[in-house]
Amino acid sequence: MKIVVCVKQVPATESKLRISKNGTEIERAGLSFILNPYDEFAVEEALQIKERLGHGEVTVLSMRSHGAQKPEEALRTCLAMGADKAVLLSDPAFEGGDSYTTALVLAESLRRLTFDLLLFGKQAVDDDAGAVGIQVAELLGIPHVAVVNKLEVNVATRTILAHRQIEGGIEAVEAPLPSLITCQKGLNEPRYPSLPGIMKAKQKPLETWNREMVGLESETVGAAGAKLKVVRVELPPARPAGRMIPGDVAAAVKELVRLLHEEANAI
Amino acid sequence: MNPILVFCEQRDGRLKKVGLEALGEACRLTKPLEREIIAVVIGSSVSALAQEPARHGASRVLVAEDPTLAYYSSEIYSTILTEVAIRLQPVAIVMGATAMGKDLAPKLAARLTSALIQDCVALEMDTDGSLLATRPMYGGKLHAVVKAKNPLMQIVTVRPNVFSPLEPQPASDILVERLTIAVNGTRPIARVRETHKTAGGRKELTEASIIVSGGRGLKGPEHFTLIEELAAALGAAVGASRAAVDAGWKPHSYQVGLTGKTVSPQLYIACGISGAIQHQAGMSSARTIVAINNNPNAPIFKLASYGIIGDLFEVVPLLTEEVKKLKTG
Repeated sequence: MKIVVCVKQVPATESKLRISKNGTEIERAGLSFILNPYDEFAVEEALQIKERLGHGEVTVLSMRSHGAQKPEEALRTCLAMGADKAVLLSDPAFEGGDSYTTALVLAESLRRLTFDLLLFGKQAVDDDAGAVGIQVAELLGIPHVAVVNKLEVNVATRTILAHRQIEGGIEAVEAPLPSLITCQKGLNEPRYPSLPGIMKAKQKPLETWNREMVGLESETVGAAGAKLKVVRVELPPARPAGRMIPGDVAAAVKELVRLLHEEANAI
Repeated sequence: MNPILVFCEQRDGRLKKVGLEALGEACRLTKPLEREIIAVVIGSSVSALAQEPARHGASRVLVAEDPTLAYYSSEIYSTILTEVAIRLQPVAIVMGATAMGKDLAPKLAARLTSALIQDCVALEMDTDGSLLATRPMYGGKLHAVVKAKNPLMQIVTVRPNVFSPLEPQPASDILVERLTIAVNGTRPIARVRETHKTAGGRKELTEASIIVSGGRGLKGPEHFTLIEELAAALGAAVGASRAAVDAGWKPHSYQVGLTGKTVSPQLYIACGISGAIQHQAGMSSARTIVAINNNPNAPIFKLASYGIIGDLFEVVPLLTEEVKKLKTG
């Protein structure tokens, strides 16, 4: 079973964000970066499938979407968890793109790898769009199941059965391999890289592919190929100042209910 | 002028409210009668549902009805919508940012090579049809205002509970058009085998207008009954913080926050939740926020419209009683 996991490096979730001078992105200097939390579930699932079967290969793939990013670090984290090899897609032409151009670069790169199963996190916690994995599946013409919190792989029938979270329940979805899965919390408990794992990761292969190696024209990728442009980014409107309700508990609760009913019109 | 297409999602024979919200917003985006607002409904037994979009602003309703459409399929749904889009050349295709919408929209956008704008909270439309869309990123810490390069077939999902449906109007002579379904049988496809409802048929967090959430302050799973009683009195959904979920007190489907659900209810009551940035990511767009916490320095109070510093074991039962009095009074 050959599994490719696509991962992204993102700013740490507790980061305080500042807007850059051009007003269309965040200031990346001084931020610390992590492996996207949902991608950890994807890497862990790949490793568990390989361990269960007793054979297979786990490749991790990432694309540098911004010059300030260090996706090599995220890939090394995956290698330290136990992935076998890594490929970094890096080219100045890839920068400034959107979900479509990212999916395009990943899909074209994936055509150069062999795989039975593709795993993604359900979304990257920076863009929060949850789109790239699904778009890669569409571009490759393979089925996908998104937001999966339970996955069974049947090697004999070359099918998967995935449980996907929907409002008020789950959908049990069957698909033939090769398929693409986007991973949700609850799928597994991601392992921490062990010290020997970290040492071993340094020796594992990490290739870098540029645009020409992926085989895409520069006008189709990055800012040039993007379907969407960012006009500006802004901090969300500040919430109006709140009110603490003083007094003893019984009086405060009465007052709260009055305010919710009469002032906020909420109940 | 090119129309606006609105995909009105149904599950189990019921239209989702967010589809009507999307219709309402589509109507507001354009001058009356300037662009046609066309709704699409897909499912196995949906003819009876065609009236509802018509009463909420659609001038035409396209219905794809077939026994094979009993379950959602991203492949079949996107094939149906692609055919409609190519025929009608809409400026935008709008749908709810639900489990279905967020799955369908990216696939449709890749197939049509169009711009995709997920999870919008504000929309404006230029006369050329190009949308200026606001979408939260970084767990709501940042809003991006984005624009498609080509104002055609812009694919947009809108966050539930953010936009308002129009007041229902009697629909006299609605135009209902039945779509023929021709799906390429050779493409490998993911098929839903069955759906399981979460036990108890409880209210869905992302659709609820009121949510009561409990956190670490509850000290144990058994005390969630306090939250559930308040929720029952309010007709609210029950949520939980990551701390409560990670402790195993509630399943992940209850979790509000960064690695859980993002909600925009009218009222969010946080009980014993400190309000870490990861929790705020899931609920900071609630209209009114109530915080009940015994720690006056809990970050949740910075977000709260109303706060009570106190022991939730005292406050919450009293609140339940007062709400009951209000409802029966």
